[in-house]
Amino acid sequence: MELIFEKSRPGRIGVVFPEKDVPVTCVLETKYKRNATAELPSVSEPEVVRHFTKLSKMNFGVDSNFYPLGSCTMKYNPKFTEKIAQIEDFTALHPLSPQLVRGSMLTQGALEIISNLEGALCEITGMDAFTTQPMAGAHGELAGVMLIAAYHKQKGNNKKCILIPDSGHGTNPASAAIAGYIVKSIPSDAKGVMDLNKFKHALNDDVAGVMLTCPNTLGIFNPHIKEITDLTHSSGGLMYYDGANLNAILGKVRPGDLGFDVVHINLHKTFATPHGGGGPGAGPVGVKKELIPFLPVPRVIKRNDGTFALDFEEELSIGYISPFYGNFGVMLKAYAYILVLGKQGLIDVSENAVLNANYLKYYLSKYYDVPYGENCLHEFVLSGEKQAKKGVHAIDIAKALIDKGIHPPTVYFPLIVKEAMMIEPTETESKETLDEFISVMAEISRLAEETPEIFKTFPKTTPVGRLDEVKAARDMNISG
Amino acid sequence: MNYIPQSDADRKEMLKAIGISSGDINELFKGIPESLKASSFDLPAGKSEFEVEKYIKQLAKKNASELITFVGGGFYDHYIPAAIDSIVSRSEFYTAYTPYQPEASQGTLQAIYEYQSAICRLTGMEASNASLYDGGTALYEAAMMAIRVTGRNKIIMDGGVNPIYRKMLYSYTTNLSIEFIETPVTHGQSNRGEIEKYLDDKTAAVILQNPNFFGAIDDHTDIVDVCHKFGALVVESVYPISLGVLKSPGEMGIDIATGEGQSLGIPLSFGGPYLGFMAVKKKFVRKMPGRIVGITHDDELRRGFVLTLQTREQHIRREKATSNICSNEALCALRALIYMCLIGKDGLKKVAQLCMDKCEYAKQKLETIKGVEVKRSSPTFNEFIIRLPKNPNEIIGKLIEKKIAAGFPLGRYYKEMDCYMLVAVTEKRTKQEIALFAEALEDALWN
Repeated sequence: MELIFEKSRPGRIGVVFPEKDVPVTCVLETKYKRNATAELPSVSEPEVVRHFTKLSKMNFGVDSNFYPLGSCTMKYNPKFTEKIAQIEDFTALHPLSPQLVRGSMLTQGALEIISNLEGALCEITGMDAFTTQPMAGAHGELAGVMLIAAYHKQKGNNKKCILIPDSGHGTNPASAAIAGYIVKSIPSDAKGVMDLNKFKHALNDDVAGVMLTCPNTLGIFNPHIKEITDLTHSSGGLMYYDGANLNAILGKVRPGDLGFDVVHINLHKTFATPHGGGGPGAGPVGVKKELIPFLPVPRVIKRNDGTFALDFEEELSIGYISPFYGNFGVMLKAYAYILVLGKQGLIDVSENAVLNANYLKYYLSKYYDVPYGENCLHEFVLSGEKQAKKGVHAIDIAKALIDKGIHPPTVYFPLIVKEAMMIEPTETESKETLDEFISVMAEISRLAEETPEIFKTFPKTTPVGRLDEVKAARDMNISG
Repeated sequence: MNYIPQSDADRKEMLKAIGISSGDINELFKGIPESLKASSFDLPAGKSEFEVEKYIKQLAKKNASELITFVGGGFYDHYIPAAIDSIVSRSEFYTAYTPYQPEASQGTLQAIYEYQSAICRLTGMEASNASLYDGGTALYEAAMMAIRVTGRNKIIMDGGVNPIYRKMLYSYTTNLSIEFIETPVTHGQSNRGEIEKYLDDKTAAVILQNPNFFGAIDDHTDIVDVCHKFGALVVESVYPISLGVLKSPGEMGIDIATGEGQSLGIPLSFGGPYLGFMAVKKKFVRKMPGRIVGITHDDELRRGFVLTLQTREQHIRREKATSNICSNEALCALRALIYMCLIGKDGLKKVAQLCMDKCEYAKQKLETIKGVEVKRSSPTFNEFIIRLPKNPNEIIGKLIEKKIAAGFPLGRYYKEMDCYMLVAVTEKRTKQEIALFAEALEDALWN
């Protein structure tokens, strides 16, 4: 399809401006002015709308396709919460308003929502306080590691390293490293959880913290988790909970009860805000009491008279990690979602997410290897090793699924499983969709057995076939 | 059940099928030791959508969003064409994930490629990423990138850079050994003498902003030339709408341009979601953080788009990645792209000129008021500072009673500027609104 720039024709425009109503014209000295015009396309509104509508039709999305992308929690995004986020009394609100004199009184509604959301997230996770500032999951991880660093600094501790299991999300080691820590990777054991002995061996005085996902990326709940948090605490370290997989445990387990000190949550996963093709998300961070003084500023506080205000006191705080209060528009959707579902609704989310995952695992294990099969919660990982022996790899299975109108699982992750296919159906898929997926996967397994060579021709039904990624990296044509 | 298709009968049938004959769903959680089960889950019962909507609308009414605003400070009340909301409401865009599977994501991928192209054209730079969180984190990422590129660890930062962004930069780097030097700005352009005083062969980057926080515009070409002699990079944070008229970072020879993309069709929304953009010289692209989309083709030589240069990223490189960023602000980048398409090259010039003209008109109106001094030491784009004969906080409070948000009190971030207020004027402010503002200000000062 043509690029929008290729549709540009001189003189066309997609916006109508009001006539200039002021009697002055500002003229700048030449040295301040741009020489070459910014060559944005000249196109009319109908052309722009048609162009992007056509592009949208070249995408898979949750509304149109089953999207069992593991660890990404691609659940249905309720239309109601989209409507809530468009209320003009929120969208038109300037973020600096509360910094004007008596300005917090101009934004009482927004501050109350942030405060209420923080409260709900505390109860859901068993933490003592939350900040909504982080703008994505990885941003929450960075903020969380900064909190751990601030805590140790104040205690006078000089701890240099963070332990992370080898099944952890790539963002964990990346976040710890950019915050200034040395990362040590701990191998998994035969059951797929962090090897307890190897962990004990690695745990020493130099360990500032341990970052864990629980259930982990294999969907397995670590039965030794309390022992791990206790051991870490007794050696002076803190526990970080990567909340990417929180959809598995709502109302069942709380990271705070397990002994975690810092938690981040992905509102765009568990709390049903849309992923937007890669954001915006929101990654609020919760902490236990001893870490509250280090939370980023400003903090939303409730005054004795019931009104809300912002506290800019920076004394022990890690400071500013966002310009304001985080992705407020995303928070609105998550808050509305929590209110609609309520206590039982949230419990239902996890129960049904776990049921759907176990249902799929049960039937798919007839056709594919399940290397870590016990007690999966919201997701599980298949290995395509059996199929790979025939020359059909995880990526080939992924492309075959695309031709069936199903978005592929996360492939080649976690790194500890060969030919990994990580499947997370979520609670919003019907039994019929799951049954269809099972029959498609069975058919793919049969094809892999009988005619493995045809997989190289998949996908056939998409606007383009398999793309040459090596060429893209070599040519580096990244703007036109 | 809310948004869950399965009925009780479905659940029973599914449980039975997988060998849980009791039909008790709790059996699925038996891997979790009893002693670790949630000690509390005290949340209110769920409510219907219309009850929740009513409640949230009541909260919304507690906000004063109907003010005529002259507050900017890096975040502006520009017009947002309706077609943007309409297009981004297509669920094929907003319910998709990061485009890891290119054949099923050509819509998102082509849009990102077009976004990268539009950002390059706007900034006059060679290579853009797919987006970062916001203007502040983009500036932080730019500083870290300059440190990677040069292998040096000293940063000189202009005092005219948004004070919130400066605070963010210090927060993020507090545990890293980076030396920061901040050069003072009175309230005009970048202080050349001060920058050159500290510039040496240990300097990784000089960080500038144009227009700066006080609205002053500058031509940083001379600073770039001096920095390059020392092997230091120059980072400039820019205001995209101003680039309709102002010299672009590319034309000044800037190495890394960043900025807040909110003004490109994204609502103010009490601070987010916004859009951080970053555009660089092509030779630095492998050190750039964030996702990047490139052009390639399939077996039949059909043009297609993929995520490229992924070996920089956390999902491949883990602790050795250029950044930890994963989710970015894709849908906001799409908004910005649609805005740039609708407004086009002629419209961008027009909106920028309208901003400048209305700003100049506001200056002329305000400086006729007794005791009000409009600072004219440097040219400005659409924001400027005024000195008031009375405490700005008090005056701002009085004007809010008249439904006018007069500006931002600079004393909040600059101790020595207690009497100053920052005033922004966008194309949305009318002659009549500006007159109303002037009248109300005069009234608040002298009546």
